Amino acid sequence: MSTGLSDAAATARQIDIRPVRRPLLGRQGASVAAGVIFAGLGLLPVLAWALDDPFLLVTATRLTIFAIAALSLDLVLGYGAMVSFGHAAFIGLGAYAVAILAANGIEDILLQTLAAILVSAIFALITGAISLRTKGVYFIMITLAFGQMAYFFMVSLSAYGGDDGITLANRSTLFGADVLESDLVLFYGAFGFLVLAFVGLRALVASRFGRVLRGTRDNRLRMQAIGFAPFPYQLTAYVIAGAIAGVAGVFLANQAEFVSPAYMTWQRSGELIVMVVFGGMGTLVGAIAGAIAFLLLEDWLAQFSEHWKLWLGILLVLLVLFTRGGIAGFVSRLSGGARS
Amino acid sequence: MFNLFLLQALNGIQLGILLFLVAAGLTLIFGVMDLINLAHGVLYMVGAYLAATFTAFTGDFFLGLALALPATLAFGIVLEFLIFRRLYDRDHLDQVLATFGLILILNEGVKMIWGAAPMSVPIPDILSGSMPLIGNMRYPFFRVAIIASGLLTALGLYLMVNHTRIGMLLRAGATNGPMVSALGVDIGRLFMIVFGLGAMLAGFAGAMVAPILSVEPGMGDSVLILTFVVIVIGGVGSVRGAFVAAILVGLVDTLGRTFGPILLRSLMDPSAASQTGRTLAPMLIYILMAAVLFFRPSGLFPAKGTVQ
Repeated sequence: MSTGLSDAAATARQIDIRPVRRPLLGRQGASVAAGVIFAGLGLLPVLAWALDDPFLLVTATRLTIFAIAALSLDLVLGYGAMVSFGHAAFIGLGAYAVAILAANGIEDILLQTLAAILVSAIFALITGAISLRTKGVYFIMITLAFGQMAYFFMVSLSAYGGDDGITLANRSTLFGADVLESDLVLFYGAFGFLVLAFVGLRALVASRFGRVLRGTRDNRLRMQAIGFAPFPYQLTAYVIAGAIAGVAGVFLANQAEFVSPAYMTWQRSGELIVMVVFGGMGTLVGAIAGAIAFLLLEDWLAQFSEHWKLWLGILLVLLVLFTRGGIAGFVSRLSGGARS
Repeated sequence: MFNLFLLQALNGIQLGILLFLVAAGLTLIFGVMDLINLAHGVLYMVGAYLAATFTAFTGDFFLGLALALPATLAFGIVLEFLIFRRLYDRDHLDQVLATFGLILILNEGVKMIWGAAPMSVPIPDILSGSMPLIGNMRYPFFRVAIIASGLLTALGLYLMVNHTRIGMLLRAGATNGPMVSALGVDIGRLFMIVFGLGAMLAGFAGAMVAPILSVEPGMGDSVLILTFVVIVIGGVGSVRGAFVAAILVGLVDTLGRTFGPILLRSLMDPSAASQTGRTLAPMLIYILMAAVLFFRPSGLFPAKGTVQ
């Protein structure tokens, strides 16, 4: 194996720049936090009904959908230590699976979800296998480029709207019944999937598979020395995350009843990274909290300034410069946690 | 058909030259400082806006260009002083986040200062004609000027990196920064010079395309992605690799968009061919990148910590 040595040398060079970010909460604390977030999110429809504010339900659905996407990215970013900058592509692929199947007469959400999972997983398998031949900054740039490739493919796919996107005639059906036309059913569908994905991913990262993944994140060289090849583990994680993000795209298409390449721009991928990092990487619950906090912050900033992106950018730069390890790191420093 | 090929090949080289100007700075910044700078594309945008403003102000493109270059240099150095020098010893994720934030700031800032509407810059009179190619084909002077100035810049960079004291320090800094620092070189100042130079090159590219493209917020984003493809193909940190890869990407992209549908037409019926061609052409450079990476995971000219 001639590449083994250079591989090891490259890893050794990267050891000092590897993210050193310990989870803010222990396993128990994470469970409590997840319980609180799920209870709050799950009861939002009651609040929407009490306040007679249907828009709140729409917001809750959007928060849930992006929480699913951020959760899946955390598996790649937080547990796999792969800085993937093309994650929004999977959301877009899932959304287009809905739009393209619906345009061809297949409106059942289960079939559409199956197609979304297959397409996202295959795209993740191919691009992941190529991207994982590289590491570090190469990986960032390549995932970004592949995300853009998917974006430009959809932009030039004029049969399905191209740049302008495509409006869905109606939401998906379930066994022929149009139950998803109700915003409430759609919300609880997405919410149910979020809980399912959270529980599933938690079991996954606690399993042997997850331990190998975390071991590779913490010290790749040592994992290789004790006989684990990181590649199949990282690729599997990448494919699972892609498939989950694809399902988020299915819900997004149904929520907006509109699909366009704008779902998969690289800015969207960047926002997903921001959600995961500032929620706390490698905690799963942090990604959900980060997604909710980020979207609410965005809405709030947009209310008092049309130039909210400027303020978001300034906030982001200041947070990186003056807090090491995002909000989670900031909080743990405030609470006196010792950090290396 | 040959005439069309020649014309498109020239356009491809012109795109490649522009990509090289942006990529050269980015690859140097990565090679020497180990910094991934997503905000390099917005420096290209800032260069274009400054050139447009100074040109409108002075009424002369060359004067505008002459003012825009030191202005982008200064802008780059200010950014380095305020933000980037705090990022050198951070991990790549922090650098990605901070520079992503910087993109949001600068794109929005440009929109606030100059408005969201595209600006246009007139082509200077002296370069507004076209020169004859073979037969009755002609090629605009201005695009020839872009190619020529880009080639001159590439030559200048080559001489600087390989035959000057600062180039020697650059190569040494990329190989072993702490050792250069230990030998008494002010590595902080070296980093600042490299960053300013990279910003100026990107700004130069932006200024040169201002007359042929519309100057608008977000114009740097698509260039940034293409630049990443160039750097990945060429090998991170290698200026020579960036040059070869930039020309390659420019040619493949431009020729693929024109000749992809034409080639497909011989395989399938015309309407399907043009549809498939239009869909596949934008993906060609990514397929090229994937192919290069498959055979050479660290690019065509892997720099391995040295600037070449």
